[in-house]
Amino acid sequence: MLIKLALPKGRLLNPTAHRLKVLGLKGYSEGTRSYRLSSSLPSLFAKVFQEKDIPIQVSIGNYDLGICGSEWVEELLAKYPQSPIIKVKDLGYGCGGLYLATSLLSPFSSLEEIKDFTQPLRLASEFPNLTESVALKLRLRRFKIFPLWGAAEVYPPEDAELVLISCPSPSWLKKRGLKPLSCLFPTSACLIANRTSWERKDLAEVLSFLSTELQIKEDSFVEDEEVKPSFQSEEIRLALPDGHQQPYTVEFLKSIGLNIEDYARGDRRPSLGLEGVAVKVIRPQDMPLQVACGNFDLAITGKDWFLDHLSLFPTSPIEEVLNLGYGQVRIVAVVSQDLPVNNIKELRELLQSKNISYLRIASEYVNIADKYARDTHLSPYKLIPTWGASEAFLPEDADLLIENTKTGQTLAEHNLKIIDTLFESSACLIASKSSLHKKGEKIERVIRLLSRGLR
Amino acid sequence: MNDLLPSQMRKFRYIEDVFRKTCLKWGYEEIRTPVLEYLHLFTATGTLTPDMLSKVYSFLDWDGWSGERVVLRPDGTIPTARLFVQELKDQNLARLFYVENIFSFQAKERERWQCGVEFIGGSSPLADAELISLALEVLNGLGLKAEVRIGHIGLVKSLLSYMGIEEALDKVLIGDLKPLSSIEPELRRTFSLLFELKGYSPGFLKNFQSLLPTPLRPSLDDFLRIVELLTSLGYEYRIDMALGRGFEYYTGVVFQFFFGEEKIGGGGRYDDLIHLLSGKKMPASGFALYIEKLIKHVKDLPPKHSILILPEDRVKEAFSLAQKLRQEGYIVEIGESSILPTFTIKLKGEEIFLFNREGKTKCLTSFSQLLQALEEWGVDKISSA
Repeated sequence: MLIKLALPKGRLLNPTAHRLKVLGLKGYSEGTRSYRLSSSLPSLFAKVFQEKDIPIQVSIGNYDLGICGSEWVEELLAKYPQSPIIKVKDLGYGCGGLYLATSLLSPFSSLEEIKDFTQPLRLASEFPNLTESVALKLRLRRFKIFPLWGAAEVYPPEDAELVLISCPSPSWLKKRGLKPLSCLFPTSACLIANRTSWERKDLAEVLSFLSTELQIKEDSFVEDEEVKPSFQSEEIRLALPDGHQQPYTVEFLKSIGLNIEDYARGDRRPSLGLEGVAVKVIRPQDMPLQVACGNFDLAITGKDWFLDHLSLFPTSPIEEVLNLGYGQVRIVAVVSQDLPVNNIKELRELLQSKNISYLRIASEYVNIADKYARDTHLSPYKLIPTWGASEAFLPEDADLLIENTKTGQTLAEHNLKIIDTLFESSACLIASKSSLHKKGEKIERVIRLLSRGLR
Repeated sequence: MNDLLPSQMRKFRYIEDVFRKTCLKWGYEEIRTPVLEYLHLFTATGTLTPDMLSKVYSFLDWDGWSGERVVLRPDGTIPTARLFVQELKDQNLARLFYVENIFSFQAKERERWQCGVEFIGGSSPLADAELISLALEVLNGLGLKAEVRIGHIGLVKSLLSYMGIEEALDKVLIGDLKPLSSIEPELRRTFSLLFELKGYSPGFLKNFQSLLPTPLRPSLDDFLRIVELLTSLGYEYRIDMALGRGFEYYTGVVFQFFFGEEKIGGGGRYDDLIHLLSGKKMPASGFALYIEKLIKHVKDLPPKHSILILPEDRVKEAFSLAQKLRQEGYIVEIGESSILPTFTIKLKGEEIFLFNREGKTKCLTSFSQLLQALEEWGVDKISSA
């Protein structure tokens, strides 16, 4: 009987790999590209996921066991309290807390003061379900919740009054210009199990790692960051991407003569040496919503995220101002090589023939995938959101992927094939219609400057 | 999600009709608020209880990029108060009623229909007595003898406040009197009695008033005035201090209507709600009757007689005859009937043959003869509204 274990990438990878030595996992280390791991236990099937994916995968029963931060489990349970997840054990590493925090420059110093605030409060967080739960419990009068893919710490004070953020300690917050108002709960790596698996399956072999006594060295966090003053309202507020898009954007900005030292170094409030323009570095997935609600005037993101936002909010007031041309990818519909379909029509027919009871569609582009499934009549379907590396999902954990690809090579390596192309995407400059209207001349100047980089 | 079938819809419309006519006669005007409202209308303290708020259907609208969420309305009173504050703010009085559905997550009934009444600007005790009278008139008009149970949230809050345990309100209302364990025994006994016993006259309240410490006695006055007025108007009621759960906006009297042990409606005074929404201080009180419950208890309304015309090869004449009969107020079907027809018409040559279900036949030679025959046989008509 196969025991399926979901393991985290990212900050929990090293301490988890250390703990699981007794399982003899091969390939579970920093920088590995393999998602399926082999182990000395023949009954174990282990795969690596983004932490956020793990409670979902365990809940839907794709995996019997999972290791992830407890904050992600609480986030799922906040919206779906009936999820069949059992929190088996607190593993005692990767510890920290989920904090409700505000800027050091903010006028609030306690929860009481927030409750009396009559203006709408902007709450930004990677944990939107928990954030909503907190807002309703505090009886906040007017609030707006902005879900984020990351970098919550850079939003206050200009773009959010409050953030709900997971971090190792209050001093981590302080170094980033934030002060905690409340610690919702302590967090740590935990072991979760699917309820049915726990009730019916013998997982003892894999659980053997729990009996090993190992000293875990906690990584220490170093960066010191100054709190920069707030944006001036007449300034043009520009958002630049972190992560995958960053190096290309650095090159692009360098080619038009801007000072990219701070940005390339990882400073989240870099100076570009451009007068009248204030810059923040945030996740490109969050940019369309942030531009739409007025926190930023311009942003460099991907056309894929721009379209994903418009799929959810068709009347959103943002537009693509420049196609920057770099970072080109295709957004495609992907299935396993072993599935006997060559195009969407055949997939639809397979689904209608009832060979599969419903289509599991996994994608980072939840809204594009949803609209695509509706438009191509792939019914019934269930969407599984993922936060990256969705190639790992096929064929066990999903049937169809909406994914981005440059050359198609990674897909081929994972035994996958493309059955439809949705659109071409590349880096683009987006702007809010109301900013274009109100700050006309100033924005035009910046747009003209950026267009000099186009080839 | 429950369908309403024809037999239920007949009762629904009958209930709605009696309700609307009664409200109109008391000078109330009908309104309707939208099903979708902004979530922030219901989030402040003093609107819904946290329990109700957790069961609200909320989501991001198509234009939710601003972060605003919308909800399927969970309540009729708060939207009506919002309508008053936004659209009728120059009036110092508004008598309003509505027939609306409300939504909240329940295992069985996620959507429920209400006959609601709100009297904004009317003060206690007169307006409260008016509302109770109005409700009972509607219920009597439906043939339902209802029991009135009445409590007073304002009184309970004053008592708890005097004892320093305001937060215990929710517990106390469900009968959990543990929070009182720290209170001085005699006061605690008085309080427990007040909650456990039920009263049927102003005397009940007066008796308690005499047991309370002097500073607390005035807090019973408002409640006393209301029950005295109800008694003088000849109404019977049961005083039950444990009423008042579910909404945080009640500030004074709360009342519920029971048919047997089933709650078929309820309401109360909410003097702080208008102020909360707009800053302007205005008393208000209201109630709602629950249509699905009323449908259960109102007697069945059999469908009216229908006449079926079998056209055979005389289709044009059949349609023309049907139209003339409908103009007279009859229900006429052509060709096929969904139920066993009560009366059937066949056209043969110049004659009209009318059959009833038992097989009796009349042979008629003119439209006016047909009308006479239908009259004789007591065929139902629909009166124009």
